[in-house]
Amino acid sequence: MLLKRGNSLKVIVVLTMKHILKIMTLVVVVVGLWISLLQTSVVPRSYTWLLPVYLIISLGCYGLLMVRIGLILFPTCLHEAVLLQKDIVEAKEFLTGVFPTPCPSFNYQ
Amino acid sequence: MSIKMRRKKKKYSIIIPTYNERLNIALVVYLVFKHLQDFEFEVIIVDDGSPDGTQDVIKQLQNVYGEDRVLLRARPKKLGLGTAYYHGLKHASGDFIIIMDADLSHHPKYLPSFIRKQMETGASIVTGTRYVRNGGVHGWNLIRKLTSRGANVLAQTLLWPGVSDLTGSFRLYERKAFEDIISSVVSKGYVFQMEMIVRASRKGYQIEEVPITFVDRVYGSSKLGGSEILEYLKGLVYLLITT
Repeated sequence: MLLKRGNSLKVIVVLTMKHILKIMTLVVVVVGLWISLLQTSVVPRSYTWLLPVYLIISLGCYGLLMVRIGLILFPTCLHEAVLLQKDIVEAKEFLTGVFPTPCPSFNYQ
Repeated sequence: MSIKMRRKKKKYSIIIPTYNERLNIALVVYLVFKHLQDFEFEVIIVDDGSPDGTQDVIKQLQNVYGEDRVLLRARPKKLGLGTAYYHGLKHASGDFIIIMDADLSHHPKYLPSFIRKQMETGASIVTGTRYVRNGGVHGWNLIRKLTSRGANVLAQTLLWPGVSDLTGSFRLYERKAFEDIISSVVSKGYVFQMEMIVRASRKGYQIEEVPITFVDRVYGSSKLGGSEILEYLKGLVYLLITT
């Protein structure tokens, strides 16, 4: 019962935590893992010391990859500019009959 | 609650801030009325003292469509986008608030899809996204697209916002949600839009997305200079710390 209440409280705390605290918690967990790896020597120390550097480089590469993929898959809509011009013509025809002077508009290319 | 009350038609208040939009506001209003014929709505135009005669055009639109459907709520000078929405909200009588731009970059033909999405999901917020399938942008050069994707990846990594388009300003809000969120937002410009959606996400509001297309008004021009990028980064850090 106490354990269930404890878990619920933990969930509430995590959900209501400021975002920066969530990120700091994540960083603390990662640093803790790194320190425990250093102390237990599961992985050779010479590699373990460089793990944070590898992590940062990996994150950087991931970010660049996501930007590249996003750029390749960037949705464009040339046809929408054409459709918009048609709508503008239709609107101007209607408004010309209603307004004293027609409403000019800029041109989309 | 009686059946009559349950079946009460929802009303939509469309808030459009304007400044020197004499050329476009009539076209936007015509298209709104064309695409929302089956819905109950009002258009609230918040004009910040445009010197080009925008308010004269709006008054003519009121003669055409009625002063109860097209509301002009002018302000004396440019006072910012966030306060423009708040000013419009004070005069809104709808159950839902829709915000959109006046320059035809947001096409009113998507308004029914926003409304349908909200009805289907019961979401508190429906936001238009340019970055998904069936959405898109026209009029951005490569540098602009690169900046946009870079900014988006950075924001997704740091903020985990739960939406794909943070800076979009074509959105539908439940009135209560809009009042709640806007009261806690302090940013200006497009960081205002980011803060609105991030705070909504943090407060646990259900947010849904619909794809929209964005046709930029000036082809090929990059509107992102160094100062805008700096403002964006400062906004990101601010949101990281305060939300």
